[in-house]
Amino acid sequence: MTLRKTAILAAATSALAMSAANADTIKMAFIDPLSGPFGPSGEAAYTSYLLAAEHINANGGINGDMIEVTGYDNKVNPKESLLQFQKAIDDGARYIMQGNGSSVAAALIDAVDKHNKRNPGDEVLFFNYAAVTPAFTNELCSFWHFRFDAHADMKMAAITDWIKTQDDIKSVYLIGQDYVFGQAVASAAEGQLSEKRPDIEIVGNELHPLGKVKDFTPYIQKIISSGADAVITGNWGADMQLLTKAAAENGSDVPYLTFYGGSKGAVSSLGDQAVGMLHQVSEGVTNLEANEEQYALIEEYKERFPDYDYYYHRVWNVMDMFKKAAEEAGSADPIPVAKALEGMTIEHAYGTATMRASDHQIQQPLFVSVVSDDVKYGVDNIDLGWKLVDNGTIAMDVAEQPTTCEMERPG
Amino acid sequence: METLVFGLLNGVSYGLLLFMLSSGLTLIFSMMGVLNFAHASFYMLGAYFAFTISGSSSFWIALFLAPVLVGLIGAAVERYGLRRVHPNGHVAELLFTFGLAYLIEEVVKIVYGKTSVDYRVPDLLNFAAFEVYGASFPAYRLFVIVIAIAMLIGLWYLLKKTRAGLIIQAALSHPHMVGHLGHNVPLIFMTVFGIGCALAGLAGVMAGNIFVTDPAMAIQMGPIVFVVVVVGGIGSLEGAFVASLVIGLLQNLAVGINASFADIFGFIGLSELSEVGRINISSLAPVLPFLLLVLILIFRPQGLMGEKEL
Amino acid sequence: MTDTTDFQNLAPSAGQKFRQRTLPFLILAAILLAIPMTGPSRTFYTVAHQMGINVVFALSYNMILGKAGLLSFGHAVYFGLGGYLAVHAMGWIEEEIGLWGSIPMFFLPIIGFFGGALAGATIGWPSTRRAGTTFAMISLGVAELIFAAAFMFDSFFGGEQGISGDRMNGIELFGLSLGPIAEVYWFIAFWMFVGILGMWAFTRTPLGRLSEATRDNAQRVQFIGYNPQRVRYMVFIIAGGFAGLAGGMAAVNYEIFTPDALSLLPSGFVLIMAYVGGITYFVGPIFGAILLTYMQSMLSDFTEAWLLYLGALFIGIVMFAPRGLAGIIFGFFDGLRGAERGAFLKGWITSLVGGLFMLIGLIILVEVSVRWSNGYGEIYEPFGLHLDHASPLTWLLFLATTGAGIGLTALANRHKEGTT
Repeated sequence: MTLRKTAILAAATSALAMSAANADTIKMAFIDPLSGPFGPSGEAAYTSYLLAAEHINANGGINGDMIEVTGYDNKVNPKESLLQFQKAIDDGARYIMQGNGSSVAAALIDAVDKHNKRNPGDEVLFFNYAAVTPAFTNELCSFWHFRFDAHADMKMAAITDWIKTQDDIKSVYLIGQDYVFGQAVASAAEGQLSEKRPDIEIVGNELHPLGKVKDFTPYIQKIISSGADAVITGNWGADMQLLTKAAAENGSDVPYLTFYGGSKGAVSSLGDQAVGMLHQVSEGVTNLEANEEQYALIEEYKERFPDYDYYYHRVWNVMDMFKKAAEEAGSADPIPVAKALEGMTIEHAYGTATMRASDHQIQQPLFVSVVSDDVKYGVDNIDLGWKLVDNGTIAMDVAEQPTTCEMERPG
Repeated sequence: METLVFGLLNGVSYGLLLFMLSSGLTLIFSMMGVLNFAHASFYMLGAYFAFTISGSSSFWIALFLAPVLVGLIGAAVERYGLRRVHPNGHVAELLFTFGLAYLIEEVVKIVYGKTSVDYRVPDLLNFAAFEVYGASFPAYRLFVIVIAIAMLIGLWYLLKKTRAGLIIQAALSHPHMVGHLGHNVPLIFMTVFGIGCALAGLAGVMAGNIFVTDPAMAIQMGPIVFVVVVVGGIGSLEGAFVASLVIGLLQNLAVGINASFADIFGFIGLSELSEVGRINISSLAPVLPFLLLVLILIFRPQGLMGEKEL
Repeated sequence: MTDTTDFQNLAPSAGQKFRQRTLPFLILAAILLAIPMTGPSRTFYTVAHQMGINVVFALSYNMILGKAGLLSFGHAVYFGLGGYLAVHAMGWIEEEIGLWGSIPMFFLPIIGFFGGALAGATIGWPSTRRAGTTFAMISLGVAELIFAAAFMFDSFFGGEQGISGDRMNGIELFGLSLGPIAEVYWFIAFWMFVGILGMWAFTRTPLGRLSEATRDNAQRVQFIGYNPQRVRYMVFIIAGGFAGLAGGMAAVNYEIFTPDALSLLPSGFVLIMAYVGGITYFVGPIFGAILLTYMQSMLSDFTEAWLLYLGALFIGIVMFAPRGLAGIIFGFFDGLRGAERGAFLKGWITSLVGGLFMLIGLIILVEVSVRWSNGYGEIYEPFGLHLDHASPLTWLLFLATTGAGIGLTALANRHKEGTT
């Protein structure tokens, strides 16, 4: 956390320091919750960025320049994020990273657009590593925004593609949070299932208020009495934990196909009941076959940050792509970097990732995994961990979705 | 039929859990006339203490020890904090507990970490008690129901049938008179506050493993506890009991209703495509208690069974 | 005719009137005009804008808490609804719908004022019929309901992503395009000044006086022929309006409103701002808003335990200084003017030093614990000291500072009791 303190020193100095700051360090601002109820999910990613930056610096940096990642606590509040965004610009940051909360991401995309329009020559790029509302790379797409996580429709495509191979799943129950994201997940599931497996019956489509439900038991009993063979949910945070916990408690043992089952604490709060039940879709799983380097990285992360697990694999994709783009462009200025990032491909530990030029949406293989007790790396400091399911590797072109993005590019 | 049975079962078990949590607040509220904003924080402390104690010994020891510890902390808070603030009026007392809630949450984060801890249902009770329509009803929830009813009887006996209970009741309504009769009123207040917090702690011990034991659990539970107490009526334990069950049932039964506003009010021309028409009754379930709160306060401010207005 | 002479003696002289009423506003205007000359940074502007908005918001909250004695847990509802209306108006101006095209962006806070006042008039109608805890609970329930509704009615609230707009549209006023942050400064400064002046003027009106009377004794107000419910209702509407004004300022400053703005968190935060500043003084909430905005935006850079300090500050104020920061500051000047200046100063300095020692002790304890709890192996190193959780130096320092602090404050208290 020492890095965060340096922010205030820089903040105190005026715009003069701004231009000078770029000489030998590339400042990157991590704007996400670092305190309060969502603090842990921000910190898990922040620590990943710190370690990734450390590795790049240890290998000679980018074009000889060092990276400095500074954390800015936005308390998952859009307004506070805009304030921290201004602070980050003052500190000389030209790259911002954010992921927690689509509302914050929407505010930041808008703020970055306006800032770049009003302050030519001072452009800022936004690397979105986890906010998955599809609109950000469709109707709301922006030249200044790059998304390094598969969006909700892509994750749903992975889930439905896996369901396609599961003949014993005849009926599906959809449950989600009652707001834009939850609704998008539900309609994506309906659309894609009817296309890929028209024989599957959707026996329930439930939306519950966001973060207000304390006891999911009644919802679980609706699921059980509907006789569904699988449950699909985009829930996150406490809604995710409480849902699966109530499911285990009431003996609902069908597969739960989730976006965020891998978030911290979900597995440990379920214990052995999670085995074979809790599924997630992600761009990487620590227990996949990988090279020794990747294993060493996972172990180093765990050793450095014992509270968290290696979860944000995409953070390394962000940093590796950035490094490659800056080196190709021969400059760490935002516009050349952005142009180099368009269409860029890298090989990462679990496959190939390409930044699609038309909408700045990363394209990569996705993996459906399930909690298992027979794994190399556990999570939450217990023996259970994520293991790839049969047919769980979803190829890049299957997950790929069309885009409606019409991007305005700077001249 | 299935929906109704599930709704009733869950409504009662959730309602009784709410009652365990809110009975302590009712006591404190009727005593000091102030809503203890930190009440849910004591509930959280109960869960965390039970996690620590059951980790090093057993759940059954935690069941007794954790509420006692929480009660002692509560008594200390009254003695060294609230009592000082008391002369500045009710608003100051309420704000004190408001700040205390912040403080407790942050201290819990430092001691136990920011993420949830692995507090489990004891193995002895970790089985399905019975099955209805394919869904199992966990034995632990049955245990919660038993404990809550035992607590209700014990509390009722203490307040209505013992001498100590009579003095407490008297001190609630006429503190000066009781003081003149030679009883130590501050001590009574401290004791009642301690007991109230201990009850919240007990609720935490019981609920922490059904739900998630993390630093956010106090904020999640906080507002709903007020609803129970206010709807039930000031100083009315029976009222809190009825209100807990009503809210528990209301929430759980509403979840079972799959109709939208358009289905119900379609006859007056509410379209399914309009925003109001699309709202589902089941998705409204968690906000129904607050609607109840506002309506009760406007039309029956003494609550369901209270004797005086707030 | 001693009566008349007494009366004349009590009335403020022209000089006093100037000093107490006109001068503070002149100073405020001078400060507002001087700030941009210092060449502030972007961060400074951003934080200052947030402060300006919070000052108006906290003052509007104090109209109902401090003046009318109504404790509300849902004041952000009026801020939010006013702000939402202003953001929508921003969109209408951009699209030049009807007459909207001829309204300058600069006047959006007035739209916010109407939005907030309208919401206050609607919600206040049932809720202000009661005071005290009943009112507080109704406000809590209403706030929860409206917050929940915000996620159901996307056309007005925009769902989780909220509604955003662009302030660089419509007619430019005073040559301000409102694009660059330095131009927004003038907008915020103007409306903050108007807001403060307006709310101060309100305290001078008969209704403003009556609201204080209703707070102190509703029955007597009824005896002299006024309806306390009506008084509360009207004050509530105006307070809602000023909260909406702040919302309108926020709409232009941030160009976005999300349902979070209506939640219990900002409602609780405005309560803390007003109370920490001091609800018995008009300027109290201004101090509170400035200090707490600073803490919220900048303290989180220094320490992740900033919420703990916030809670401790709040509890400290409630327990030891119920009149807030303003009470401490004015109490100090009053004491200086008092008869026993020397003794007062000595006692005051003793408690100040004692308080500082206790604060240092608290900081050591909290910072060391936080780092130990994180388990990253990081160590608290203030001023080159190496404070490890296992090192005896840490605990020696903690005990010494805390002990000295407690000793000094006890000494000051004993001294105070001895003199009175």
